Amino acid sequence: MVKAMKFDQSRRYFLKSTAVVGAGLTVGVYYPDVLAGQVEANAFEPNAFVRVSPDNIVTVMIKHLEMGQGTYTGLATLVADEMDASWDQIVCEGAPADASKYNNLFFGPFQGTGGSTGLANSFEQLRNAGAAAKSMLVSAAAETWQVPVEEISVESGMLKHNGSGKTATFGEMADAASKQPVPQNVTLKSPEEFIYIGKTIPRKDIGKTDGTAVYTQDINLPNMLTALVAHAPRFGATVKSFSEQSAKAIPGVEHVLQIPTGVAVLAKDYWTAKKGRDALQVEWDEDSAETAGSAQLMQQYRELANQPGTPARNDGDTQASMAQAAQVLEASYEFPYLAHATMEPMNCVVQINEDGVEVWNGAQLQTGDQYAVSAVVGVNPEQVKINTLFAGSSFGRRANSHSDYVVEAAQVAKALGTGQPVKMVWSREDDMKAGYFRPMYFHKIKAGLDDKGKVIAWQHRVVGQSILKGTAFEEMMVQNGIDATSVEGATNLPYAIPNLSVDLHTTVNQVPVLWWRAVGSTHTGFSTETFIDELAVAANKDPVEFRMELLEGHPRHQGVLKLAAEKAGWGSSIPEGKGRGVAVHESFGSFVAQVAEVTVTEAGKYTVDKVVCAVDCGVPVNPDIIKAQMEGGIGFGLSPTMVSEITLENGAVSQSNFHDYQVIRLNQMPEIEVHIVPSTEIPTGVGEPGVPVIAPAVANAIFNATGERLYKLPLQLSA
Amino acid sequence: MSINFKLNGVDQSVDATEDTPLLWVIRDHLKLTGTKFGCGMALCGACTVHLDGQAIRSCVTPVAAAKDKTVTTIEGLNSKQGQAVKQAWEDLAVVQCGYCQSGQIMSAAALLSNNASPSDDDINTAMSGNICRCSTYVRIRKAVKQAAESLA
Repeated sequence: MVKAMKFDQSRRYFLKSTAVVGAGLTVGVYYPDVLAGQVEANAFEPNAFVRVSPDNIVTVMIKHLEMGQGTYTGLATLVADEMDASWDQIVCEGAPADASKYNNLFFGPFQGTGGSTGLANSFEQLRNAGAAAKSMLVSAAAETWQVPVEEISVESGMLKHNGSGKTATFGEMADAASKQPVPQNVTLKSPEEFIYIGKTIPRKDIGKTDGTAVYTQDINLPNMLTALVAHAPRFGATVKSFSEQSAKAIPGVEHVLQIPTGVAVLAKDYWTAKKGRDALQVEWDEDSAETAGSAQLMQQYRELANQPGTPARNDGDTQASMAQAAQVLEASYEFPYLAHATMEPMNCVVQINEDGVEVWNGAQLQTGDQYAVSAVVGVNPEQVKINTLFAGSSFGRRANSHSDYVVEAAQVAKALGTGQPVKMVWSREDDMKAGYFRPMYFHKIKAGLDDKGKVIAWQHRVVGQSILKGTAFEEMMVQNGIDATSVEGATNLPYAIPNLSVDLHTTVNQVPVLWWRAVGSTHTGFSTETFIDELAVAANKDPVEFRMELLEGHPRHQGVLKLAAEKAGWGSSIPEGKGRGVAVHESFGSFVAQVAEVTVTEAGKYTVDKVVCAVDCGVPVNPDIIKAQMEGGIGFGLSPTMVSEITLENGAVSQSNFHDYQVIRLNQMPEIEVHIVPSTEIPTGVGEPGVPVIAPAVANAIFNATGERLYKLPLQLSA
Repeated sequence: MSINFKLNGVDQSVDATEDTPLLWVIRDHLKLTGTKFGCGMALCGACTVHLDGQAIRSCVTPVAAAKDKTVTTIEGLNSKQGQAVKQAWEDLAVVQCGYCQSGQIMSAAALLSNNASPSDDDINTAMSGNICRCSTYVRIRKAVKQAAESLA
C-alpha cells in the first residue's frame, strides 16, 4: 500500500520551515520529469504544469480536484501571475493521475486533494512553473530578435522589445521557446509585483451556468451500461442468495451480477437499471451484521467518558489543579453521524481494456484510487488511467482511503467481463445509506477557575470511532493510539491554560466513517468554543475579552477575533429575543472568527439572521473565492448546527433522502459579511476553516438570547 | 411507445415507457446532460426544467406528462429572463461545484418570468426547493435580485 502520506504533520512542518513570501525569492526549479520540448506540434511545454500552444492558449494542468473550492482558478492564478500572461488566454485542464509529476507536496509521493492544502502546497511549485515558462519565452524572443534578454518586457501575454518596437505573443514564440534550455533557477516576484494574486479575477471552472461542464454523471461512452447496486440494508451483512429473474423481467435489464458489496443490475440507462434493481430479490446473510443503534452507542460512549482514555496532550497537572480550583464547571456534548450528501451522489465510470483500466471520476485521491482499482483488476497501478472530472462536490466523501465506490465500480466492470464501459451510479438513497459518515462523538470537558476567574485547569475527553484506523493513512496519522483527526482542534487548543489534558477513547463498530469537511474541528470546535464561552460567563467576563486575554501569544487568533467583533458591533445593544455569539478557531492553518446573530421565537425556534466572519489565510490569493468559501463554509456548517443528523437502528441507517436528512435551504441562510485579514504569510486553505466556527457561534448566540446552553447538535431549543 | 414533445425548440419523438421520468429521457435518451440528477424525489431541485414555461422537477415527472408540450432545459434557456439570470450568476460568481446550478438557474428564470420584481419572501418560496450543498445561497439571492433589476 501507499505509505508516507502525511496531512497534518507535513503541513505544519512546511508552514514552520517556509519563510513568509519573500521579496524576489530565488528558488531552484525542480521538476520530477521535465518535458522540455515539443509534445504536440509546435507547442511549448516547459514543465508538467504549463503548455503554450501556437494559437496563444496557455494551458495550466491542474493536479487537484475541482469540487467547487476554486482550485482551477487559484492554481492558474499562480502560473499566470509569474508568466505575466493575459488571464483570458489561460485554460485549465485536469491533470492525469501520475504521482511522479502531480503529487501533493504535503502528502509525499501521492496525488490527492484534501486538508485545504491545494493552494499551500502548490504556491511555490506553480509560481516556479510559470516563471520558468516566462523565462524561456523571453530567452526565445531575445534570440529571435538578436537583442539582450534584459531588454525584453512582458505584459498581458505579449513579449516586447522597447528599442525596436518588436512584439510577439506567447503563441508566436512557443516554438522557439521549446528549444530553449529549462532554467535551473528562476526569480519569483515579490508581492508588490503581483498582478493577479490578491485580486478578484473570473473563475476558470467554466461551463457551469450553461450545462456544458462535465461531471462523472454526464459521461456517455459507446456501448456503456449503467449499473445500480443493491446494497445490504445493515452494515456488515453480505449476500446470501438472490433471484435474478425478477430483475431480468424488467425489459432492458441486461445483466445481474454479484459483486463483493452486493448485486449489480445493468441496463443501457439509469431508469431501467433502477427498476431492475428495485425488483431484484436479495436475501442477506446478517449473521455478522452490525446491531448498533445511535441511542445505545451514545450511552456506551457516555459511560466510557467516565474513565480516562489514551492521553493525547498533557500539560502540567490537571487533576491537582482542578482540586484547587475555586469553581469547577463540567459539560458533555453529543454529535451525531453526518452524511456528506454531495449534490452529485457517488458514481464512477470504469472500462477495462487491453492496456489496463480507464476510470472517469471526480477523483480526489488519484494515487489511492489507482492502487485500489489495480488490485481489483489485476494490473499495475500505472495501468489505471484516471480522467479527473469536476465533482458535484465532495466535502471529503470522494477522498476515501478505501476508494469504496471506485472499487465497487471496478468490481462491476470486472464481473461484467465484456470490456464495455460501466457507469455505476448510486441513487440518493444508496448514497445516504452507504455510510462513510462523519463519526458520532461524545465529549466531556471539565475546567477549573481560580478565585480571580482565571482558567487554571482544563480536561477534555473525546469518545468516538477512528477515521484512519485500518487505512493507508494510519501509519503516519495514528500515533501512540491517537488518531490525530479525532482530537485535532482539542489538542491544539490555543488558550493559555497551564494545566491541560486531552484524552481519547477510540470506539469500534462496523459503521464506515470518513473525514467530513473540517474533520475533527467539526466537533472539537463546537465543544471547546461553547465551553470557553461558558467559562467567560462564570468568570464574569465579556466572551471576546476573555478569549483575547487567553490568546496571548496567538496574534492571528487575536487578529480575526478582534476584526470580527469590531465589524459585528460587538458590545452594542441588541433587541429582546435576539442574541449575539462569537467563536474563533484555527483549522488547516487558517484562522477564522465569526459573530452570529440569532432570533429566538416564542415557539422555541430560532433563525440565524446574520454572520460576520473574519479570516486570516495568509496571502489572500483570490479574495472573492475566499469570501465564497467562507459563505459556503458557514452554510455547510449550519446544516449540522440546525438540522442534519444520521441515526442508526439495529445497524441500519434510518434516513434515506433529503426529507429526513435535512440540509439548510435558501430561506434558512443568514446574511453573511466576510472580512479578510491582510497578510504576507504563505497562503493556507479556505475550503474547510469556515465550517467549524458557525455551530459554536450560533449556540453562544442562543445562550445570549435565552440563557439556555445547548450541548447537542443539531441545536434544539427546549420549547 | 413513442412520445412527442418539443425540447429546446426541436421536435423530439422518444421511445420510452410512459413512467420513465422526463429527467432520464432528457439525460439518457436525448443525451442532454446539463439537467442533473440529485435525489429522484423532487426534494433537491437539481433536475428543474421548464414545462410550457413553468419550473418542474423532471425527476418525478413522467415523460407522458410532456406529451405534445414544450420542454426547456438549461441548454436551451434563451429567454430574456434566462439570459439575465445567467449573466447575474456570472457577474456575482455564484457557482462553486456547479452541480445544482442548472436547476437553480431554471428556477430563478421561471420566477422572473412570473414575477418581475420578487420580494425576499417570493425568492424564498421559489428557490427554497433547490438545495445547494456548497451553500451559495447568499449569492443566489443577490443574483436573482440583480437579474430582476437588469430587466426592469
